[in-house]
This record gives sequence, C-alpha cells and structure tokens, in this order.
Amino acid sequence: MGEFKVHRVRFFNYVPSAIRCVAYNNQSNRLAVSRTDGTVEIYNLSANYFQEKFFPGHESRATEALCWAEGQRLFSAGLNGEIIEYDLQALNIKYAMDAFGGPIWSMAASPSGSQLLVGCEDGSVKLFQITPDKIQFERNFDRQKSRILSLSWHPSGTHVAAGSIDYISVFDVKSGSTVHKMIVDRQYMGVSKRKCIVWGVAFLSDGTVISVDSAGKVQFWDSATGTLVKSHLIANADVQSIAVANQEDSFVVGTAEGTVFHFQLVPVTSNSSEKQWVRTKPFQHHTHDVRTVAHSPTSLISGGTDTHLVIRPLMEKVEVKNYDAALRKITFPHRRLISCSRKRQLLLFQFAHHLELWRLGSTVATGKNGDILPLSKNADHLLYLKTKGPENIICSCISPCGSWIAYSTASRFFLYRLNYEHDNISLKRVSKMPAFLRSALQILFSEDSTKLFVASNLGALHIVQLSGGSFKHLHAFQPQSGTVEAMCLLAVSPDGNWLAASGTSAGVHVYNVKQLKLHCTVPAYNFPVTAMAIAPNANNLVIAHSDQQVFEYSIPDKHYTDWSRTVQKHGFHHLWLQRDTPITHISFHPKRPMHILLHDAYMFCIIDKSLPLPNDKTLLYNPFPPTNESDVVQRRTAHAFKISKIYKPLLFMDLLDERTLVAVERPLDDIIAQLPPPIKKKKFGT
Amino acid sequence: MASLEEEFTLSSIVLSTGSEGLLGVEQSSKTDQFLVTDNGRTVILYKVSDQKPLGSWSVKQGQIITCPAVCNFQTGEYIVVHDNKVLRIWNNEDVNLDKVFKATLSAEVYRILSVQGAEPLVLFKEGAVRGLEALLAEPQQKIETVISDEEVIKWTKFFIVFRHPVLIFITEKHGNYFAYVQMFNSRVLSKYTILFGQNENSYIESFTASVDRKFISLMSLSSDGCIYETLVPIRPTDPEKNQSLVRSLLFKAVVSGNTRHGTALTVLDQDHVAVLGSPLAASKECLSVWNIKFQTLQTSKELPQGTSGQLWYYGENVFMLHGRSLTVIPYKCEVSSLAGALGKLKHSQDPGTHVVPHFVNWEAPQECGLGAQNSEQSRRILRRRKMEMSLQPEVPPSKQLLSAIMKDSEKHIEVELRKFLAVKQTPDFHTVIGDTVTGLLERCKAEPSFYPRNCLMQLTQTHVLSYSLCPDLMEIALQKKDVQLLQLCLRHFPDIPELVTCACLKIFLSIADDSLEETDVNMESVFDCSNSVHDEKMEEQTEILQNGFNPEEDKCNKCDQELNEKPQAKTKETTSCPVIPKRAALLNAILHSAYSETFLLPHLKDIPAQHITLFLKYLYFLYLKCSENATLTLPGIHPPTLNQIMDWICLLLDANFTVVVMMPEAKRLLINLYKLVKSQISVYSELNKIEVSFRELQKLNQEKNNRGLYSIEVLELF
Repeated sequence: MGEFKVHRVRFFNYVPSAIRCVAYNNQSNRLAVSRTDGTVEIYNLSANYFQEKFFPGHESRATEALCWAEGQRLFSAGLNGEIIEYDLQALNIKYAMDAFGGPIWSMAASPSGSQLLVGCEDGSVKLFQITPDKIQFERNFDRQKSRILSLSWHPSGTHVAAGSIDYISVFDVKSGSTVHKMIVDRQYMGVSKRKCIVWGVAFLSDGTVISVDSAGKVQFWDSATGTLVKSHLIANADVQSIAVANQEDSFVVGTAEGTVFHFQLVPVTSNSSEKQWVRTKPFQHHTHDVRTVAHSPTSLISGGTDTHLVIRPLMEKVEVKNYDAALRKITFPHRRLISCSRKRQLLLFQFAHHLELWRLGSTVATGKNGDILPLSKNADHLLYLKTKGPENIICSCISPCGSWIAYSTASRFFLYRLNYEHDNISLKRVSKMPAFLRSALQILFSEDSTKLFVASNLGALHIVQLSGGSFKHLHAFQPQSGTVEAMCLLAVSPDGNWLAASGTSAGVHVYNVKQLKLHCTVPAYNFPVTAMAIAPNANNLVIAHSDQQVFEYSIPDKHYTDWSRTVQKHGFHHLWLQRDTPITHISFHPKRPMHILLHDAYMFCIIDKSLPLPNDKTLLYNPFPPTNESDVVQRRTAHAFKISKIYKPLLFMDLLDERTLVAVERPLDDIIAQLPPPIKKKKFGT
Repeated sequence: MASLEEEFTLSSIVLSTGSEGLLGVEQSSKTDQFLVTDNGRTVILYKVSDQKPLGSWSVKQGQIITCPAVCNFQTGEYIVVHDNKVLRIWNNEDVNLDKVFKATLSAEVYRILSVQGAEPLVLFKEGAVRGLEALLAEPQQKIETVISDEEVIKWTKFFIVFRHPVLIFITEKHGNYFAYVQMFNSRVLSKYTILFGQNENSYIESFTASVDRKFISLMSLSSDGCIYETLVPIRPTDPEKNQSLVRSLLFKAVVSGNTRHGTALTVLDQDHVAVLGSPLAASKECLSVWNIKFQTLQTSKELPQGTSGQLWYYGENVFMLHGRSLTVIPYKCEVSSLAGALGKLKHSQDPGTHVVPHFVNWEAPQECGLGAQNSEQSRRILRRRKMEMSLQPEVPPSKQLLSAIMKDSEKHIEVELRKFLAVKQTPDFHTVIGDTVTGLLERCKAEPSFYPRNCLMQLTQTHVLSYSLCPDLMEIALQKKDVQLLQLCLRHFPDIPELVTCACLKIFLSIADDSLEETDVNMESVFDCSNSVHDEKMEEQTEILQNGFNPEEDKCNKCDQELNEKPQAKTKETTSCPVIPKRAALLNAILHSAYSETFLLPHLKDIPAQHITLFLKYLYFLYLKCSENATLTLPGIHPPTLNQIMDWICLLLDANFTVVVMMPEAKRLLINLYKLVKSQISVYSELNKIEVSFRELQKLNQEKNNRGLYSIEVLELF
C-alpha cells in the first residue's frame, strides 16, 4: 500500500474550554452547549451527535444560562448582564439586551415558551415577554436579598421556584409575589458551613420542588406548604446541576466530584400507585465538576469542567440495542482547527484568541515500519499571532504556498502577507478590507494561492483575487433567493475551476469559478456534511456525512460515480458505520488517483478504490503486517480500507508530499494536565 | 405474587346455619353486593366494602329455602326456590317474600344458575334444564327426566363461552361420576364418564371449573387430598356416544382427607387455586393458595375456628364460613417485581404461612400438557404407560427408599439410601432426595429417639440440598448438637440465615473439648500448628517486619512497654492456638459462611462474653499466622482468608465492644487488636505513599514512551 514518513505532531497545545450549560430541545432533538469562553455549540442528536453549528465565544461574555424558547429559539444569559438571542440560520447573534440587574445567573423559559425569566445578581427576578423578533421586559418579581442562582417554572406556568443562597423562594407569576420561602439547612456532615448555595431547582407538576445545593443534598419540598419532604445526601461536595425528564418520572443530578446520579420515580411495590423517588444509578464519567446536566427522553447528558460532553443513553428507554445505545464522550470540536501549507511544510494552529505557525522539521534517515527517525532539524515555532479584541477566532487558513494567512472573528476579517527571507519572517497585514468581508465562517485558498474563497455569515460566497501584496474582489455568489443559510464547509478543486460549498442542512452547491455561476447542486442527504474535498484531475467531489457514509460525485458529469454507487449498493462495513467521531478532513494523493485519504479522531484511512470492498465478515482493521502468507491469500483478504489507529486522538492529518504525512495528535493526558485539579478522593480506606 | 389480605367478618351471622354451612353466596347485579342464602329461611344482601347487610328476606315459618337465591342480571330481580318447587321472584323494594311473585313448578329444582349477560337457567333435580322465561310462561309444563335413577347431581356451573351459554353438571351414581355438558346454542347434551385412573377408591369432595377456549377445565379435590384436573371438551365430537374422560393429577396431597367438614376448592385465576382444608401435618384448617403452574404454595391462612368446608370466590373476594360468621378474605395477585420482593423480604417466616415442602421435577413432562387430546387418545397413553410399568422388573430404589423412611430402622434406611445413591443419578434424583430428607426430618420430629445421622450426612453431601429446602435439618442438628453435620451444612448450603449461623457459632464455642474429641470433624481447613519449630522461626521475623512496618518505630504508649515487659508471654500467646484443632475447624466453617452484616450483628450480641473473647483470641491468632508470610494467606487446603478474619474481628467487636472492654481477661487481647489496627492504618498510609511513588514512576515511564512533542516516524499501511 505504501510507506510514509509521518510527522507526528503533539505540540498543538489545544485545551477545550469547560462546559457551562447544556440545553436540550425536544422538538428538534438538538442540544445546545455553552462553554466558559462563551462559545455555544449545537449538536444534532439525530445526526449521530454531530456538532453542526457553533457560535464563537467572546471574552466578556461568560454564559451562565442557556435555554430554548418558543420552539427553536435559543437564548443565553451571562455575567455581563445581557440576554442574547442567537440566529440559528445565519449563525450569528441576533441581538443582545441588557437586563439591568447585574450579572445574570439563571434563566428559564416558561412552559408555553412565550416568556423568559432571568435571575440576577441583585436578587431580582425579571420577566420578559418573547415577541416574534425580540424580547420585551415585562416586570420584576419581589426582590430577594441575594443572587438568584436557579429558576424553574411550574409546568402549568403559574408558579416559579427560585434558588438563592440559603433559601428557595416560590413566586406566584401573576402577582410576582413570594408565596413561600424555604430555608435550606446549612449543616454539612454535622458541620455548619458558612452558606448553602442552591445550585439548581426543579418544579414538578404535583407541586414538588427538588433542589440541589452546595451541601451535597438533593431535597424534595412541598411547595404548597413550604416544607421539606425528603432529603438525600449524595455527595461530600456540591451538587451543581439538575435536570428533570419531560414525563417527570426521572431526573438527573451532577456533583462536583464528577458523579452523575440518576433518580427515578419507582412504585413502592409493583402495581401499587404509590411511588417514590429512588436514587437508581450513579455514573462516573467525569473527573471534574459536572456543571450541567440535561435529560433527553432516552439519555442523560452531562458536561463540566473536564470539557467532555457525555451522552449516556438510558438502556431501558432504548428500543433497539444497537450502537446508538453506547455511551458517547465528545471532547474535540467536529471542525478543523488546523490548516497546513504543503509547499513550505507549515502548520497553522487556531486557538480561541491566537494563531500559531509552526514549521515542521526534517530528517534524512530512512527506516522500516514503526521506526522513529533521527531528526536533522526540529520543528520551529515561527509565529504567534494574537487577535485584537475580545472575540474568539471563528476560522483561519494558511495558503498552500505559505505566504498568506487569513482569519476571522465575529466582526472582523484579517488577511496577512508573510515574507520569508532565509530564516526571518515578516508579517504584513493587508489593510482596507472591504466592508462585506466582515465576518467569515470558512476561509479557503486555491491550490495555487491566487484566489481566496470566503463564506460569509450572510450566506454569500466571495472570491478574492490575490496578487503580490494586494487583493481584488472578483465575485460574490449570493445565496438562493430568500435563504440566509450560512455555508460552513468549502472545497476547491486543485485546478481552481470548481468550488463546492455546503451549508448545515441544504445540499452541497458546486460553482464554476471560471464562469462564475452555479454549476449544480448535489442531491440533498438526510445527514449533515462533515467534510468534503475535490479530487485532482477527475474533479470528483468526495463528501463525508455524519452517519459515516461517504459519497463520490462527479462534478463534470453531475452524477454520483460508479464507485460511489457500488459502495452504496454494497454498504459499508458495520464497524465503519459504528465509529462515533465524524470524518473531519479528506485529501488525495497527487500520484494515485484511486486513493482517498480521510480521518476522524481515532483513525486514519486510505480508501483504495481499485480494491474490493470489505463485507461484514472480513476484518476491517488489521494492525499486523502480513507475515509469510502467500500472495494469493494476501490478495484475497486485501480490501479497499487501509486503516491506521496509531495516531489518536487525531485532530488533523494531511499529505505533505507523495511520501510524507503530517498527523496532529492531542493526547487526552496533556489536556487533563492543564485542567484544574479535581476534588481529591480518598483511597485505601484511610 | 398471589396473596391473601386481612380477612374481615361480614357479620356474625345469626343465621339459622347449623354446622351444615350456608346454602350459597351469589353475586348480585351490583359489584360488591352479594346474596347470601342460609340453610334455613333467610336471604341476606350484603355490601362487602361496607361490611353491612343491605336487605334481608325470609320465607314463612314452615317453609324452607332449598336453592340459593340468585340475581337475574337482566332484570336486577332476585330469584329463590323454597320447598323444592316454589319459585319466588322479587326485587330490592319488596319487603315480604310472601307477597312477591310466586310460581309453583311441576318438578323439584336443583339450582337456579345466573351469570352476567345471559338468561337465568333452572336446573331440575332430574337433570332437565329450562330457561327462566320459558318456564315462567308455563310453570306447570312437564319436565323430562334426563339422568337415570339413583344418579344425583353433585355440582353444577354455568359459563358463557363465545357468547353462548354452556352448562356443566356432575352427577354421581354408586361412586361413579358423570359430567353433562349442555350447549344452549345447539341444544346438545353430552354425557361423559369420568374415569378415576389409578386411585379408584377415593371419592370427590369438591369441584371447581374454569373455562378455556375449547375445554372446560374441571378440577376436583378428592378425598385422598389430591387435586385432579379433567378437561371436558365444550364441543362434543360425537354426541351420541357415551364418552369417557380421564382425570390427571395436578397436585399431590394438598390437604389431608380427614377434615371434619370436608374440603373445598375454587379456581382463583388462570394460575391459582384456593384450597380449604387441613394441610398434611397441621390439624387446623387452612385456606391456602397454590400456583398451578409452578406447583407451589403461594400463601395460606389458618382458620382456627373451623369452617363449613364451603368456599366461594367472586371478584377478588373469597367467602367462607369461619366459625359461625361469614368471613371475606380479599385475594390479590399482583405481578411480582424484584424491588417489591426485596422490599418484602422478611427475615423470619410469617407465622401464618405454612411452607409445605413440595418438590417438583422440572425435567419430567407435565401431565397437563396432554390436555388437548381427546379421551380415546389419553386412554391409549394410559394403557401404554401401564404396560411400561409392568415391564419394569422391580420397584426402583427410590420408591423403596421413600417407603422405608416411614417405618424401617435406621440401619435399613441407610442401606436403602446407599442403594439409591449408588444408582447413577436418575432424572428425579432431586425430587427423591428432597422427599427423603423431608420424610426423615418429619419422622425425627415425631420420634425423638430417631436420628438417622449417617443418612442425613450422606444426603447433605449430595450437593442437592439447601437450607430453604429443609430448614428443619439444621434445626434438628442444632438440637442434637451434631457439630459434624452442622459443619457439613455450613459448607454445602448456600443460603443459611444469619440467625442459624450464629446459633451454630454458639454451639461451636460452647461445646466441651472432650465431647469435641469424640466427633469426626473435617479438618482440612486447619493447618498443623504443632509444627512449632517453623513457627518460632517465622515469629522472629514478624517482630522485625510485620507487614513491612516496624511496631517499635512508633514510640507511643504504655501498652507497648507492657507488652515488652512480658516478651515471653507474648511469644507464647501468639504461637499457640487458643482452641483445639477440632474447634478451629468448626470455627473456620463459620468464617467461610456467607452473611450479611446488618442481619448478623444483632445475633452476635447474644453470644456470652467469654466465648466472644475466645473467638477473638482465635481470630487474632489467625491474623498473626496470616501476616507471617508474604502472601498473607494461611497454610492448608481451604483456609479462611485474611479478609474473612478481619471482617469477623470487626463484626465481633462492633457487636460486643461494651461487654468485652469491661472484661479484665480481654484487656490484653484488646491491646493487641488496637496495635493490629494501628499497624493496618500505617500499612495503608504506606500504601498511599507507595501509590504516589508508583504514579511518579508511571509518569516517568510514560515520558519515556512519549515520543516527545515532535517526531518523524515511518508508517507502512498494508
């Protein structure tokens, strides 16, 4: 198959930020996740848990609460005191509105979805009316004496429970007055703590209020009488989050020790109508604080300081025991953070607020499989480019020739020209960017680095001509009439004639760059596109979808290739379909047109289209080289998928030249080492 | 799980019921209301949930009700027959039965049958059946005779099958039973003779029936105490011919036949039947619920005041006459759940329940499976079986064994048992062993002198028994102080309750040394501690090492000095076992047994203090022996593990600390244990330290494996 020299890179010092909130939308089966840097990600749970959208973070915008309202509208609120609504089509912020109550700690949408409630630092609870295009302040509830950390509506919408410090208040929504005040015990393991923070409340339709607090307790209150009904001490540390299932027959809490507990409403005896809440299952999938939990009809979702998003399906709710019933742990973003310049062997790393440019080392030695070659030159850190302003970087790209770097934040687009003089680099910003290049969702350079393609968040695709130190706007492909759907993925053919662009839901559009017109649209598929690329010479567009299907579409002929049809007829190997991370990058071998190189977080694969496809009985992944088997046997067992699982977690892999690969790994241990220490747990019974 | 709830009395009926009981209990048109007809002149309508009568009607002095009142569900009226021929119909508003509608019939009525959704039927004593409407239109019509002379109707029941009424009645003539099935859609009457099968000379005490799609499953309780099932086809194959039905055994000996007022049986639901009568051993009458499918007793209720041997079951309520009052016992059958079972798991047995051990052989095919065949076929099968039986040359050893148990001498039983065990395991091996043990134990209880020790030992070693199968076995062994058998039981039974474990421990600790010497206890768990030379050598080592921790290092307290004052004594104490080897073997059996801490602790408190100290001394000795070698195990074939020893030390101290701490002779022991705990703590703290060091080593190792932040490697894809 081939021997490669692999540049194994582990110096990409990427640490995802901690998860602060998750919000599950039952209607669309989507999950919104906000991180401590203000990033909000949307996962489509129906599309194999693919992260289909994201909103870049902002330094001053620490999200403390996230909720869906009125169906599919997403709101967040944070410590800067603003309520933000996101535009899920154009992938930008619709508006931000100050609630004038100081930092906002909590937010809850009414059961009908028409009202929004926020709990503020100054102890006020503010009610907003959601209008079709904005929100409107309605009134304040009775002011409390300390910050409101958690809010929950009664399912009928008549009452609201609010968790504060040391007590829980129950409000009447109509009058806005406090009906009950329930004091939480400060005692913690017999010792009186200074304060007891009610981190979460949940109001059930029978009037029960469930609270979780910093003393490690889960408590059940009767809101009609304001009395404590039951108390479970479940942790030695804070219980920080709670989420109740829609049916109100189970709920989930997350603790600072990283444990997630599942509570279920279980009949006392079978057939009896008397039911009680029982702590049924503990899950320890986190090492750090579980800051937030969500309860979908079939799974428990949790996230926290250790940056993993964990989706744990409930076995009793899963109808088919297939691979969907397995635990999912999502750590890395489902988009590319790395781009590479093949010509100069450069890697550009994208972080939240800066870019790093590295030059790969070299070696003159050769060796056999598995050898580590002595370096004649080590990798160099060439550039550290810090962004201006508080906004996170959305996307970045380095041109194949290595002389251009472009990146974009939510409000500005930056283009830099790099000059290499021996070992010195000089960087020059291209000023006077046109007004329409304000914010980009995806940036791509053509193979010969003369053209720049920018997918703007308004749905338009811009083509910019680069020459010398200047640029010229060539054309803008405007979105189809009426749609504002943002394009998230771009691919250009090596000859520069074709440009493919894919949005989050609609199909892939292919544009003719020479004639500047839409060439064709690839038939829409149910699952979002995770990666695509156009093969040299044949101009076949290879598309990977989140359900792990790979299609090959001939652009000149406007139909799927024969190989793609054969694959669809034959079906992929079941192990291929069971991988749980999406393919994030596709590339091609310049000399071997039959090869497609692709990778996800846990494997790297070369698909050789000339070889037969594997069926479910053949071994998909064989790490061992053929020993002394005869040629016949070898030929019979050989199949199209050549897989390597040596490099993991793999964030980026590309072909530098015919015999050289670059693989960027980010070992989990290195991430853990940069997290704050977890709560210490005792061992050996001492 | 089927259960009987708390009973309640409807009213202590001042009915003129003699000992003969009631005439009948019938449903009325409202659920929860029932018509009770006594044996004299009165009909009472009861509301069960309120436990009070709603109305009462009597016939005139001199008249006597001969057929229980029923409700006509179509009109809501009540119907009763007095003086065999006079039919009365009334409703709730009527006060005096004399003034209500009256019809005098031309023949004697056996019973009026009424079910929901059908016209009431009148069954005459000669077997003729008439619809009520047709009869009332012409009361004096001629009633034909269906059954022969001297044939008496014993029991009848009325069903609706596929919206067609079906009547079944059973007649008896000279000890022969006949079943008549009357179909009302086709007006066909079929007659079947019920064949008794093997047990010819018993008579049937009670019938009950339930209906399946094609069959009426007729269950009968015979005077031999067994329940038989007869499947009566609803659609006759050949109505002309007199056909016969075979009854098959469903349960063996559920009740004893010698109850004063007879026994009764009723079907509760698909899987459960209720049986009224005395169980085998007890003399008091019982209402018991049996599961047919699993052949197990589900629950039972003792009825000390005696019953009339009658039983009715309507809509979740079982009615019976208990003493002189009409008693209602609500019956519930909830779907069992594990959580429910766990929640209800009781430590001791409910005094009300009588577990009658009944062993079922799951491998043998169930007789009921033959039900679908018609009588001809089953007769053929029977004949074949008989032939097979006669082909067998002699009675199998299992039969001989079971018969021997009841009367023969110990010697003879032993011979028979050996014979049985010598035969390769037969398919009904489990059953026979179970029956044998129960038989033996029953006899042991009856005759105090009878104690077939060898037999019981042999049976225990078959690995078939468990505690729950024969709880009496250990009880008797405890009574007889048979430590050898107890040791065997502890070893082979997986499910000994903590109470019994504790009772064993008490005996093992209290039994005198000389009586122990006589017994033949299995010694394989005890190592030879007479090998003192080796021990002493090891002992020297412990003083230095002791789990890698040197006790002299912690220069804490007086107890250390105290111990150092008497190094001689210490050496002696630690090297010599505080109990004789045989007792050690017995105690080891206790250490090996499974237990649950919460259940064991309360029982441990009952053990006398000196025995506790003895046991603690022994455990401490074991601990020292354990810590002598590097693997922390004791020598021997099946020694107690360190964890078991530590757990028991903790348990004993938890249960008896206040007692032990007051005893002067236990002081030294406690000091030793205190030191032991201290050394354990320091071991653990050392382990913590080691863990940290290991982690650092691991990190170093990882760094070595870690190819740094950047490397160029060669990859070959195949």
